Amino acid sequence: MCECSCGHNGHEHIHEHKDALMPVIGVVTSIRIDTPDVKTFRVTAPEGGICFDYVPGQCAMLSVPGVGEAMFSITSSPTNKDYMEFSIKKCGTLTDWLHEIEPEQQLTIRGPYGNGFPVEADLKGQNLLFIAGGIGLAPLRSVINYCLNNRDSYGSIDIVYGARSSSDLVHIEELKTVWPELKDTNVHLTIDRPEEGWDGHVGFVPSYVKELDFSLDKTVLLCGPPIMIKFTLASLQEIGFDKTQVFTTMELKMKCGVGKCGRCNIGSKYVCKDGPVFRCDELDELPDEY
Amino acid sequence: MSSRIWSIDLEKADELFNALAAGQRLYLPIEQAGQVQFKEYDPADSKQKVRLDALNTVRSAKDLFFPQSENMAAFKREGKKIEIIDNRERVSPFAIFGVRACDARSFEILDRVFLSEPVDVSYADRRENGTVITLACNEPEETCFCEAFGIDAAEPGGDISAWIADGKIWWQPITARGEALTEALADVLTNAEPDDEKLVMQKKQIREIIAQLPLHELSLESFQPERLKEIFDSPKWQELSEACIGCGTCTFVCPTCQCYDIRDYDTGNGVQRYRCWDSCMYSDFVMMAHGNPRTSQVERFRQRFMHKLVYYPANNEGVYSCVGCGRCLAKCPSSMNIVKVAKAIGGEANV
Repeated sequence: MCECSCGHNGHEHIHEHKDALMPVIGVVTSIRIDTPDVKTFRVTAPEGGICFDYVPGQCAMLSVPGVGEAMFSITSSPTNKDYMEFSIKKCGTLTDWLHEIEPEQQLTIRGPYGNGFPVEADLKGQNLLFIAGGIGLAPLRSVINYCLNNRDSYGSIDIVYGARSSSDLVHIEELKTVWPELKDTNVHLTIDRPEEGWDGHVGFVPSYVKELDFSLDKTVLLCGPPIMIKFTLASLQEIGFDKTQVFTTMELKMKCGVGKCGRCNIGSKYVCKDGPVFRCDELDELPDEY
Repeated sequence: MSSRIWSIDLEKADELFNALAAGQRLYLPIEQAGQVQFKEYDPADSKQKVRLDALNTVRSAKDLFFPQSENMAAFKREGKKIEIIDNRERVSPFAIFGVRACDARSFEILDRVFLSEPVDVSYADRRENGTVITLACNEPEETCFCEAFGIDAAEPGGDISAWIADGKIWWQPITARGEALTEALADVLTNAEPDDEKLVMQKKQIREIIAQLPLHELSLESFQPERLKEIFDSPKWQELSEACIGCGTCTFVCPTCQCYDIRDYDTGNGVQRYRCWDSCMYSDFVMMAHGNPRTSQVERFRQRFMHKLVYYPANNEGVYSCVGCGRCLAKCPSSMNIVKVAKAIGGEANV
């Protein structure tokens, strides 16, 4: 008998388990330029539709064989069954390559990996406050659209989003014309420095969050650069939020995606398997090594 | 455990190995260029130097189940199209003889990683097809500390336990797989008594030697998962890590190190994807496009020992990810090792 608990005899075994490390083909069907260094890629299975089911906040390993393989958060909502989306910042070997490709290019994709946001368990019925900085909107957009597609299951929705400049705001169309029009949904945009033609808020996200002085009856979903997360969490606590009200999503180097290659641990937790979503009080239990 | 036991004269070990090799591939501790490693035994090669007396192979028996590198897949890229070729081969049945009690325990530690969901299919395939025949350690060395992990070198475990005593190899199947293999050896093995005086004496002698080893008293009691942050924040890591040159030798000879890399090689005729051992001691291990959370050797050094003594136990009911084989003690070029760490950090914690 097999050493695991699958109950199969050894010989058929290798085909009985879905191999978590073996990818499938994904086809890039369209590419949108979001900012000078961010593009959003639509990916489908070769026969159309999504490559696999997932929940908001989960990730996928994308690869161009011979170039590299890396973990990306899935930007689209699983309520969308037609395609998956990935908003990817150009910042390394694989992402440089991806920024050069054209539609119809095939990739390899495997997943989904990680726990995702607790959209059913903890977030249902709650007022939600999304706070994102830069490319940090990518994983949160999946949750935002999931909640907006199940609008009656969630309370008020506030979205605070900041970037270095107005041209660095990703998903600008949804931010400006789609989300603000929806029921009980408010978008608060900010950029780091004043800019000609920008009549919105200017300043860093952590201080903007303090200025907005939100009521405490909200669950917060926070994602951005590590330094932004740290200062925003401090701002939230200053207003009176508790760490147990704040969820964030982490990123570390990953190779396997299933907690075995030994790479993405923070203390005894693997970001790929036990995360990437953590409640902020859970992070207090772990060493500060991320 | 089966109470049935067999024996064969040590002089006739070749007969045993030939019979084993007739039914499946057989791996034995074989000396090559002065180094003893588990190698495939070839009955036709009279020059092969089988070394049943060698305590530890240079690399552990882990290689047979989690090889240093393995081909996972191939890819063909043509224009915008990609073809995925799953070219992993299923292994045929094999046996490995001469596994020490420490290495046998290491498989249980790796099982908890690779056989937990989602199961690692290559590892599972090798575990299902490999029969482990252990060999008790008649001459444990100064670097041995398997006892600290509750391992009894006189009862080495595996699918079949073997001993060398009174000029004989003693043979006791433990698992159903071990029983099945033993049945196929009926012509070469002779029935023996499990409480034969010579065998009992040998076991007693092994335990007596172990009780006198310098690391006999080593205690890891203070490494408890609930003290994770306290141990992580110990000021001792700085000083301890200064000896570490980041060569990764400890990770490569370690029977429980599990970390791996996945890497593509463009052969000019398609891309081959390999899974290979990696080391948390290396500077690029966790390096990402946007930064590195472990920038110095202090953090990398700490990660390795925290993983073995705190993180792994935290996820596995207190089981440590070390078996006390002593390879890292023997091989570290700067004489830094898990025992020194355990004494320094654990000792401090005991105060």
